[in-house]
Amino acid sequence: MAGTKSDLQVDLEQSLHMYQQMAKIRAFEEKVNELYQSAKMPGLAHLYSGEEAVAVGVCEALRRDDYITSTHRGHGHCLAKGAAVDRMFAELLGKEAGYCRGKGGSMHIADPDSGNLGANAIVGGSAGIATGAAFSAKMRGTPQVVACFFGDGALGQGLLYEVMNMAALWKLPIIYVCENNLYGEYTSVGETLAGEIGARAKAFNIPAETIDGQDVQLVYMTMQRLVARARRGQGPAFLECQTYRYYGHHVGDINRAYYRSKEEEREWTTTRDPLQVLSARLIAQKLTDASVFARIEADVKAEVDAGVQFALDAPYPDAREVEQDVYA
Amino acid sequence: MSEERELTFAEAIREALAEEMRRDSRVFIIGEDVAEAGTPFKVLSGLVEEFGKDRVIDTPISEPGFSGIGVGAAMTGMRPVVDLMFGDFLTLAMDQIVNQAAKVSYMSGGKLHAPMVFRTTLGATRRSAAQHSQSLHAWVSHIPGLQVVLPSTPYDAKGLLKTAIRDDNPVVFFEDKMMYKMKGVVPADDYTIPFGVADIKRAGSDITIVATSSMVQVALGAAKMLDEIGIGAEVIDPRTTFPLDKAALIESAKKTARAIVVDEGYERYGVTAEIASVIADGAFYYLDAPVKRMGALDVPIPFSPALEDLTVPTEQSVFEMARRLCGKT
Repeated sequence: MAGTKSDLQVDLEQSLHMYQQMAKIRAFEEKVNELYQSAKMPGLAHLYSGEEAVAVGVCEALRRDDYITSTHRGHGHCLAKGAAVDRMFAELLGKEAGYCRGKGGSMHIADPDSGNLGANAIVGGSAGIATGAAFSAKMRGTPQVVACFFGDGALGQGLLYEVMNMAALWKLPIIYVCENNLYGEYTSVGETLAGEIGARAKAFNIPAETIDGQDVQLVYMTMQRLVARARRGQGPAFLECQTYRYYGHHVGDINRAYYRSKEEEREWTTTRDPLQVLSARLIAQKLTDASVFARIEADVKAEVDAGVQFALDAPYPDAREVEQDVYA
Repeated sequence: MSEERELTFAEAIREALAEEMRRDSRVFIIGEDVAEAGTPFKVLSGLVEEFGKDRVIDTPISEPGFSGIGVGAAMTGMRPVVDLMFGDFLTLAMDQIVNQAAKVSYMSGGKLHAPMVFRTTLGATRRSAAQHSQSLHAWVSHIPGLQVVLPSTPYDAKGLLKTAIRDDNPVVFFEDKMMYKMKGVVPADDYTIPFGVADIKRAGSDITIVATSSMVQVALGAAKMLDEIGIGAEVIDPRTTFPLDKAALIESAKKTARAIVVDEGYERYGVTAEIASVIADGAFYYLDAPVKRMGALDVPIPFSPALEDLTVPTEQSVFEMARRLCGKT
């Protein structure tokens, strides 16, 4: 994919950092799939592979104490906001060293230390929490901004529109980030969505932009502008990132022909892969060469391998844990 | 003497909110018509004048939305008091209360909390029909992570609401709409009432009447009638359905050997079933009769006064149940 004039504003060091973050998420998710296939992971997981540029571009524009809320497809958001690979794996395996002491699992990873208020297994369910965090930031007088991640499926949930209405009325510092990956579970967005996505936000006077979610530099640049605006007290924004999930709805969703074609999958994975888009652009611009990316890939592989080994070796929570943390 | 000062139930609620908002700048009120209107019941009248519209916040009619905003604010350092005008509207906000607020502590391994209060109402006989009259406290009492409070006097209302606001967990606080004008002694000073401590509203030795919220006055009225035929009824109010003061309820039933549980929620699968089971289990060898339950009739609340009044336990019906249970006809 050809570069755009905005790349000039992202320096090489930052671009490589974003590449590394994306590569880490990709390697993490590939390992999760392996764990599932080798029956080492309890339950299921919803893989983020293919959508890395959204989480990384968005979180790169945030400070550590800015908040995010995440979704059932949330591993990428958590890692991009600063969660560590080893404790992520530990949570996925139900181990005590996990971010939620093994009580949350894949769909509920929360890490307040990195501003992550939690993934949410109710589609659209965290829109209220995210908007409340923005409300709280404003009330407390801090410069914090919130990014609320949700998928195209959440556009069917009324809660989202209720809180967008209030965010607009009260000029709350929040960016609603819609990851439009074209499918809500096993159904095409074309069958579930009437009208325009951005028009929904515009109806509340919330500025809305639709961008290529496979271009991490573009996501970052756009988000940086929207975050700065929110931090200045100019209110919420809505960002639709067009993206694609490489795997099915979850790791067990293997036979997908009834809802999407192999050709479509091949098209996205070969011509619009967010890692390839970035590496090809940086090489074409002669800013770096292939060996740099090879080194990054090796680094993240080592990190992921060590992380998964840590999690496999870690102990399960003690039986006494089952009744702890129900109440503060 | 300030100890002898009387307030209405509504004034006691308002005083608790005002005192907590003065004490803690993190406390705020959010909901429909809470500011200048002071709610349809006028419970919050005057608060916006003292605390301003930044802390007494009128919202659109969006129960899931403002409940969710409350959860997010609570998770990030605030202490919201979310006003859900009618208990019937709990159904609209249920995901935020049950899946979000109640679970965030556990799901996060204790790292995140939602210290907040959902204030709402219960109770029939206001001629408000099926969608403004229900008593749905059993629904939330069922959910781990929530605490559920049912004050029955102005004194309890103030002390329990202050505890609710200071608690680090989500609390659902039910006020009986019919009780707002009821007067009672409320100290002007700062006091709290701990959760999970039942209160004996009237001592007696022949039969225990466990009553909650709106049914406490009904039980006390029945007790007075029972007195006249020589039956001493003990009326005990658990005040919170969770945590539940099982020991006090069992102790009372052991003493009297007979128990009736009266609650305005639906009888089937309701609060009366839970409490009756607790007593049957804990006082089994002391009981002279099966534990009886009296809840709302299992019908949508009808509008017509002629019908609506048939759906709720009354002094007369409690009296008759107690008399039968004591073998006096």
